[in-house]
Order: sequence, then C-alpha cells, then structure tokens
Amino acid sequence: MSTEVGTMPEVKEASPLFGKKERLLITDPLNDNNPITVQVLGICSALAITVKMANALVMSISVLFVLVFGNMIISALRNTIPSRIRIIAQLVICAGLVTLVDIMLKAYVYDVSKQVGVYVGLIITNCIIMGRFEAFAMGNKVWPSALDGIGNTLGYAWILVVVAFFRELFGSGTLMGFRVIPESLYATSGGVYFNNNMMILPPMALVLVGIIIWIQRARNAKLIEQA
Amino acid sequence: MNLINIFVKAIFIENMIFAYFLGMCSYLAVSKTVKTAVGLGAAVIFVLGVTVPVNYLLENFVLKEGALAWLGASYAGIDLSFLSFIMFIAVVAAIVQLVEMVVEKFAPALYGALGIFLPLIAVNCSILGGALFMQERQYSNIAEATSFALGSGVGWFLAIVAIAAIREKIRYSHVPAPLRGLGITFIITGLMGIAFMAFMGIKI
Repeated sequence: MSTEVGTMPEVKEASPLFGKKERLLITDPLNDNNPITVQVLGICSALAITVKMANALVMSISVLFVLVFGNMIISALRNTIPSRIRIIAQLVICAGLVTLVDIMLKAYVYDVSKQVGVYVGLIITNCIIMGRFEAFAMGNKVWPSALDGIGNTLGYAWILVVVAFFRELFGSGTLMGFRVIPESLYATSGGVYFNNNMMILPPMALVLVGIIIWIQRARNAKLIEQA
Repeated sequence: MNLINIFVKAIFIENMIFAYFLGMCSYLAVSKTVKTAVGLGAAVIFVLGVTVPVNYLLENFVLKEGALAWLGASYAGIDLSFLSFIMFIAVVAAIVQLVEMVVEKFAPALYGALGIFLPLIAVNCSILGGALFMQERQYSNIAEATSFALGSGVGWFLAIVAIAAIREKIRYSHVPAPLRGLGITFIITGLMGIAFMAFMGIKI
C-alpha cells in the first residue's frame, strides 16, 4: 500500500494515513452501514453464487479488485468527468475492469469461472459498484476512495461467506469442497442423515439474508425502519 | 410454437427474480406501492424488448468468432467476444438514453409515467443479464431472442407488482420491529420463489 501512497500528491502530512476517519471508512460498512443489509446494494450476485463457499470467495475477490481500482480511477478522474455523462463513463471504466477479471478467472480458475458464469459480467451492473462510484468516489480523494472500496467489499464479502457457509454445510454437507458431515451418517450408507436440498435452491438464500437482517437490526435498534 | 415456449419458460420457469435474482436492487427499492411498481415493470419490459434484439445483432454480426465474415474472407477469423461486456453495457446505456429522449419528445404522457425510472434501468442487472443470457444460450434467430426478452420482462413485471401488492397489505400486519421493511420483504420473496419452483417440473 505504501507505494501507492507515494504517488499521490493530494495526501498531506495533516491527514494521517490511518487516522480515526480512515479507520471508520473500513469498519463502518462491516456492520452499521453494510452494503447488503443496510444500503441494499449488490443483492443479485450475493444471492445467486452462494451455493458454495469457493464461489462466494472468488466473487468477493473479483468485486474487491473492481471496486478498489474503479474507486481509485473514478476518484482520480472526478474533476475531468462531465457530470452529464458520468454514468456512461463509470459504466465503461467498470466494464473494462470486469473484462480483465473475467479473462483472469477463465485463465486461472476455469471451473469456478464456469459456475459463476454470467454473474461475473453482472458485476458491471452490481449496484455496489455504481453506488460507491456515485456516492463516494465522485466526491473524495484517491486514498479514502480506495479504503472505502476495501471496506464495502469486506462488508459485502462477509455476508456472502456466511450465507454460503450455511448453504454449503446444510445443502451438500461440505465446506470449500471438503466433506464435513461424514459419509457414514448418510441414509444411503446406513445412517440417518439427509442433505437439506432446499438449501441449494435459490429462495433459501433470500430467507437466510432476511434472517441476517433480522439479527442485525435486533442488535442495533437504530437501523429499524419506521413503517 | 417454439417462440411461445421460450416466452412462457422465461416468464415462469426461468423467472428473472425468483430463479436468478436479477434486478433485485430496484425490485426491493421501488416496490413500496403498486403504482410505481407497474411503472418500473413496464419500463423494464420495454427496455429489455429493445436492447436484447440489438445486442443479438451485435453479438452475431460483430462480436462472435467468425461473425465479421460479411466484411470479407480476411475478417472471418476474428473473435471479438472479449469485448462483449463493454459493448453490451454501452448499447444498454445508449439505448436507455435514446429511449428516454424519444419518449420525452413524442409521448409526454408516457414520459411522465416512466420518466424517473428510465435512468435507473441502465444499471438494472436484469437488462444486462438478459443480454448475457442471450449470449450464453445461443438463440438461433432474432425472433427467439426477442421472445425471450419479452418473456423475461413480463416475468419481472409480475414479480415486482406482486411484491408491491403484498407490501401494501403487510403494512397493516404486526411484523416484529427488526424485521420490518427490508427483512420481511426478503423472506416473502423467498417464499414466493419457493412457490414459483412449482413450475420447474413443467416440460414445455
């Protein structure tokens, strides 16, 4: 990280690299301002690729790459992009980064790339990306924008990983592809256990996220919506 | 017959919301009342019906491997498919902008109804998703692609109008406070998705 900082003319001694405000940029999206459960951004991909932990992790890493670099590019160009065409400019920058990610995934993790399928392309219209470009990067300097990208991706990633954990554990009895619930317990080999096939079906992801929202809002009454 | 099959399949079995979660963000954000839900749903049908055929032509005459053969034999080996994300999203954004201007000029009443929703649609996942599914499934002609697009749009319309109607009613129910709003909407959508799974076994 330090090399990136060196190239930025905007950072002065007065604003420390990891002051209180900067730390808040990372920790706030983890809970009180979570992109999925509070800002309601990026739901589509969060639900569709959480059948397996490995897919969820690959998706999170892709989003991390696109969001951090996209935020930095947008933030560096923020004074030169005319505001009337900013949506198209943002979309093109984002599409370029996503194309890079897609080619990388095809080259190095082809199996996962096949399973994640169109959802990598859909990172372009993932509202997290556009939402953060528009709400943060257009009005802030490069370094805070990069931190904001990291924070929001982490907030997005933990929801993905938690949902994927439950869906993979109860749906297929494995975690990251390794068997957790032993074969001998299954009914097919004489035991009593069945996989909960419902967990693999798409609607259960919605219900799981609903439950996470419930727990989160029960712990933090500030977030409760007024009907 | 095949066209009707693709249309019905796209509405019920491969529903954009319940089977693929595409366009969830606007689905959750704009479903507070039935009236706005109808407006956004209609706009989605319209934009999908226009952008998918255009992207189909782009895919088959420019981007696909060998698609440039109509320019001459020396172009036949070119594969531009790595450009497809950028081209598709540019086409979607441009067409949405164009549609907005045309509607504003020639049908002010429709613009009044759809106006605020059109810009939202450029970043609605279901539009780009429609283009990407069209690419992945290799429809054999433009009529099939259009029928798929319209079916997906109608499926999305049905889903958002249904959830909006439920949300209007649920305002009078006693939902636990932390679950109010977003939480209960997620769970209802999940239950609706399970109901839609009933269509899955149907072979058409």
